[in-house]
Amino acid sequence: MKSIFASNATQKVLAFGSLIVLFIFFSIASPNFFQFNNIISIMLSTAIIGILAVGVTFVIISGGIDLSIGTVMTFSSVIAGVFVTFWKMPIWLGVLGGLIAGTLCGFISGVVIAKLKIPAFIATLGMMMITKGLSLVISDTKPIYFTEAPGFSDISMGSFLNSIIGGLEVPNAVVIFFVVSIIASLILNKTILGRYNFAIGSNEEATRLSGINVDAWKIVIHAMCGLFCGIAGILMASRLNSAQPALGQGYELEAIAAVVIGGTSLSGGEGSILGTVIGSLLMSVLTNGLRILSVKQEWQMVVIGIVVIMAVFADIARRRKQ
Amino acid sequence: MEGIDKKFPGVQALSKCRFDLRAGEVHALVGENGAGKSTLMKILTGVYSKDNGKIFYKGKEVNILSPKMAQELGISMIHQEFNLIPHLTVAQNIFIGREIRKGIGFILDEKEINKRTEEILKNMNLNVDPCTKVMNLTVAKQQMVEIAKALSYNSEVLIMDEPTGALTESEIEELFRIINQLRQKGVGIVYITHRMEEIKKIADRVTVLRDGQYIGTADVKDISIDQIIKMMVGREIYETSQISTSDNDEREIVLEVKNLKRGNVIKDVSFKLRKGEILGIAGLMGAGRTEVARAIFGADPLDSGEIYVKGKRVHIKSPKDAISHGIGYLSEDRKRYGLVLDMDVELNIVLASLERFKGLLGWVKRDKTKSESQMRVDELKIKTPSLQQKVKFLSGGNQQKVVIAKWLTQDSDILIFDEPTRGIDVGAKNEIYKLLNELTRRGKSIIMISSELPEILRMSHRIIVMCEGRVTGELSAAEATEERIMYYATKRE
Repeated sequence: MKSIFASNATQKVLAFGSLIVLFIFFSIASPNFFQFNNIISIMLSTAIIGILAVGVTFVIISGGIDLSIGTVMTFSSVIAGVFVTFWKMPIWLGVLGGLIAGTLCGFISGVVIAKLKIPAFIATLGMMMITKGLSLVISDTKPIYFTEAPGFSDISMGSFLNSIIGGLEVPNAVVIFFVVSIIASLILNKTILGRYNFAIGSNEEATRLSGINVDAWKIVIHAMCGLFCGIAGILMASRLNSAQPALGQGYELEAIAAVVIGGTSLSGGEGSILGTVIGSLLMSVLTNGLRILSVKQEWQMVVIGIVVIMAVFADIARRRKQ
Repeated sequence: MEGIDKKFPGVQALSKCRFDLRAGEVHALVGENGAGKSTLMKILTGVYSKDNGKIFYKGKEVNILSPKMAQELGISMIHQEFNLIPHLTVAQNIFIGREIRKGIGFILDEKEINKRTEEILKNMNLNVDPCTKVMNLTVAKQQMVEIAKALSYNSEVLIMDEPTGALTESEIEELFRIINQLRQKGVGIVYITHRMEEIKKIADRVTVLRDGQYIGTADVKDISIDQIIKMMVGREIYETSQISTSDNDEREIVLEVKNLKRGNVIKDVSFKLRKGEILGIAGLMGAGRTEVARAIFGADPLDSGEIYVKGKRVHIKSPKDAISHGIGYLSEDRKRYGLVLDMDVELNIVLASLERFKGLLGWVKRDKTKSESQMRVDELKIKTPSLQQKVKFLSGGNQQKVVIAKWLTQDSDILIFDEPTRGIDVGAKNEIYKLLNELTRRGKSIIMISSELPEILRMSHRIIVMCEGRVTGELSAAEATEERIMYYATKRE
């Protein structure tokens, strides 16, 4: 346990501390902030970015990067729309189609990076443009609505918690976010995939020389990241009750920022899902709080930009001290 | 292994090489840098593929395609460069690639690997917590963990590529004890080394390679060190004797440091360096020698202390300041701090002094950089196919020469050499020694940090010994012996 604390716990504590401070600050500054509905709204907006961030955490810990997560998410929701609305298939098939589409995109990125030795930055930049283009082509640049599939919006916005425990109206999207995060955390810390994930990020050549098929694991990691994008895509489509082909770009950077705020090192080898979840929450709380204080959206962006830089600086300063 | 060929871009690394290993023997594999020892062994362990030739393992021909396959056959290698994963724990490193699992088959059993690691480490008399992250261990401990990892495979063939490079005397003894244990169990050990005295101590047979070719194999008891060296370099070599300097007190003091302090790594260091002198700094790992060098060079900040260059107090805040005062630092880790591996010889040589070759608007005068670097290549006899060869394809000795050329071009008067011959073989070592002597003849002053006592004793005019961040003793060349240096090197407060 000691070694876990010695590593990136400081950054996590720092991020968590900032989260609490922000929470208290906004609660005092505005009576509208600490309301059940507002908290749920914060959670809801965290869910999608959060799931993307959790997915890309794996890639970043392995020493890579994925810039295509935002548009792969959109692509997945468009594919779900094609299945459900265009082809009149049942909802579960649409969901499955979306998830497979996301996983496939990640898989292809992984192959391009691991086998063709294209730098991750370029490979996923390409994937970002490809999926963005394909989403627009397939949907004919128009949103695909799910109005004929009434159950679809319940995936995100329904509340099965409410049907179990009356009065606890937490949307499914939020529950899914936490469940996905817990599973991701278990994968990262308890399974062979997680172990190799850290090993590759820490010293790729040594990992290879230990007889581990680094290329295959990289592909798995990217495919898994794609699957998370697929999940985010379904939640997004369900929340908007439509697949919006023009949406998605820019999400990747917000997600990566959340990962970094949570203490995951961009140079690979260290990081945690808990950190990423805290990082995502921090960004949503900040956006939400600033909005409630009626800070203009333009200025919100400026503030968030500064926060990202400060978070990374804190991380670097801590490392230098060691 | 028979008739092994291997070609790299521009180099025939191995041609018609052969090697055999019996069960229960320690077989030393020696040769100059670039002779192909590591390459041959990397082919055996599936890191590189061979162009030609056959490998027989236990009488059967095998085709080893990957490190994993080699491990499954029972062939393990301890690489020269560290092959541990810094962010993982000792136990996680030892069991990487064959993690013990529980449950449905992909959940890791952390407790079990920690328990087994503890047993392995206890067996090696190694006092390390299996849960420590490798990045928090000293270099020597990391090396021992690497050995533990290879041992844990129960390999029948174990290849050690310069395993003692980072170990202290007592740790080397420990390693030899383990090697002897393995030998008795019938494990065949390939022992790649540059240290001749180790061959006599531990090996049964020795095979010599030169320029990628097989030269010969002999029983260690039938052959002298001189004969081995002769086979390696193909000529007799004579070690350069140092210039005797009984009376160097009259020479100008070019560098003086007083009461240097930095955290708890440099506690109190003062010394003087005279013109044309080689000042050896001896000490064990972690004595703070490299830290002192880096501090003088401005790479790390000092808490307090004074530095004088040619009698004048100077303030060195960055390597740039140090360079402008004529100080050059040749790091122990050439590949990380001394060279830009992906750039060519010419650029590496002129890199630190590009200002001098600058024309209008920062345009680099290529004709001048070319002639200057060509001059250095000739002067230092750097073996390279051309000035445009990337430095990473040169051998260790030639890389070191490129670093020296860089500082000569920069016109540094004070050169700090940190382990100048680490990873360099006997023949090339001798050339580096000659070069050091030549530099002092030209009036350069040298600080040489070295962990190899014979090297310190042979080359230094004066020796200071450090222990735990302090200078614990100063010896003239005449009075220095290995015993005396060790006495001061272990003189703790």
